[in-house]
Amino acid sequence: MINFREVNETNQMISEENLDVRTITMGISLLDCIDPDLDSLCRKIHDKIYANAKDLVKVGNEISRDFGVPIVNKRISVTPIALVAGAACHTIDDYVKVGKTLDNVANEVGINFLGGFSALVSKGMTPADKLLIQSIPYVLSSTELVCASVNLGSTKTGIDMDAVRMMGSIFKETAEQTKDRDSLGCAKLVVFCNAPDDNPFMAGAFHGVTEGDTVINVGVSGPGVVKRALEAVHGESFEVLCETVKKTAFKVTRVGMLVAKEASKRLGVPFGIVDLSLAPTPAIGDSVADILCEMGLEKAGAPGTTAALALLNDQVKKGGVMASSYVGGLSGAFIPVSEDQGMIKAAECGALTIEKLEAMTCVCSVGLDMIAIPGDTKDTTIAGIIADEMAIGMVNAKTTAVRVIPVVGKGVGDTVEFGGLLGYAPIMPVNQFSCDEFVNRSGRIPAPIHSFKN
Amino acid sequence: MQKAIITVVGKDTVGIIAKVCSYLAERNVNILDITQTIVSGYFNMMMIVDISGVQVDFGELQDELTDLGKTKIGVEIKCQKEEIFEEMHRL
Repeated sequence: MINFREVNETNQMISEENLDVRTITMGISLLDCIDPDLDSLCRKIHDKIYANAKDLVKVGNEISRDFGVPIVNKRISVTPIALVAGAACHTIDDYVKVGKTLDNVANEVGINFLGGFSALVSKGMTPADKLLIQSIPYVLSSTELVCASVNLGSTKTGIDMDAVRMMGSIFKETAEQTKDRDSLGCAKLVVFCNAPDDNPFMAGAFHGVTEGDTVINVGVSGPGVVKRALEAVHGESFEVLCETVKKTAFKVTRVGMLVAKEASKRLGVPFGIVDLSLAPTPAIGDSVADILCEMGLEKAGAPGTTAALALLNDQVKKGGVMASSYVGGLSGAFIPVSEDQGMIKAAECGALTIEKLEAMTCVCSVGLDMIAIPGDTKDTTIAGIIADEMAIGMVNAKTTAVRVIPVVGKGVGDTVEFGGLLGYAPIMPVNQFSCDEFVNRSGRIPAPIHSFKN
Repeated sequence: MQKAIITVVGKDTVGIIAKVCSYLAERNVNILDITQTIVSGYFNMMMIVDISGVQVDFGELQDELTDLGKTKIGVEIKCQKEEIFEEMHRL
């Protein structure tokens, strides 16, 4: 039977170490909503999402109360809209109308983000993909809860450099369209290499075409819990360090699994995966950077950071896969800058640079995330940053992503405040040397040699 | 059987267990196990209970317990379904 110590440990994790379930994300296929008539398409999208997700928030809150564990976000991911709306949308305004439909229904069901305003263009763009990408700045500036993502490359297909170049400009235009809110639109836009079909985390969640009609995916969290556990083994060997992270990741993931199973049962929607990412928040003590410091680094970004992060990422997975047979999504450590108090401090004092962050993305689950850069950064420079990150994902057969915010009217030395879970960030300097001629070449980067496994 | 875990934490005073147990009896909650200690003047108790005979909603039971702790005893009372502890600490 459960004992006193175990009950106290769990409740202490929740009340003092920020243990929570970060998100219950319901994936909804919109493929059966496809219609050449725009009004009819929008009506079908609204009705399908509403019918499936109307109880999502209520059920999430009930589960949270029953077990006494916070479930921070309830979200929805949908089929990439370029596939769904291609037949009905012939102008940017048409896509904006679809975006507003998504925003309205998201508000109606009470969720806090809806992902899937997306295009998958890792080898090439259809006219529908291209138009959707062009509409992103206007959709993100005229909606509140919609998130956009574009998959620009994969290990199997290579990198679509035409799309990469285009996204450099789209990030700038999105920043411009939302400049009155510190270019917040860019916080809801992410580009990927090897984007997973079942990621529950925003801004990159979408419901892949290989998924069923509806699915429940759950993202767990718990950097604070890992940090507290490591404090208890301060100065011990790597073996003890690894064991501690693994055991903690196991416990955290089991909570995610419990919530996922309950949500699936109560909503009558099949369970998909648990994403066992360590996702920080701006709250004090809920930081991945603090874990790295607890391992023995003065600041995140110091020499040794990449090794420490690689170790952390691997042990989180090893503990997590024991706790759930269906692990998916991104599953690893997140290293967003603005959403992590320790990362913010490291960036402010100059310990952390974009180049070091790029190295860190080789060994953790995502990429250059929530990084504020000067508003006058050139389109081609952003495209170059994206291309580098896509190349890391392609060659290492892993997911990588870029979510940078070129904040209009701000430069190095300024700070930008996004508020809530998105946090705040110092503007980080970007390498000033040009890559214009490279990114202005047309076509694509071919798939790497090790993708030919057949 | 539907198990829940009740935890009571706060400054020690006369009659904490009596008041909690009387309430549970009123609500037809069966107590399966009690562990209790005092650490530097602070009362700390865990109960494993069976709530299958309870007529009201689980949320209501939680609210009433919290309210009992806050207004009548001066301690913090939490009630959670048992699965979260089982899942986390048992293979």
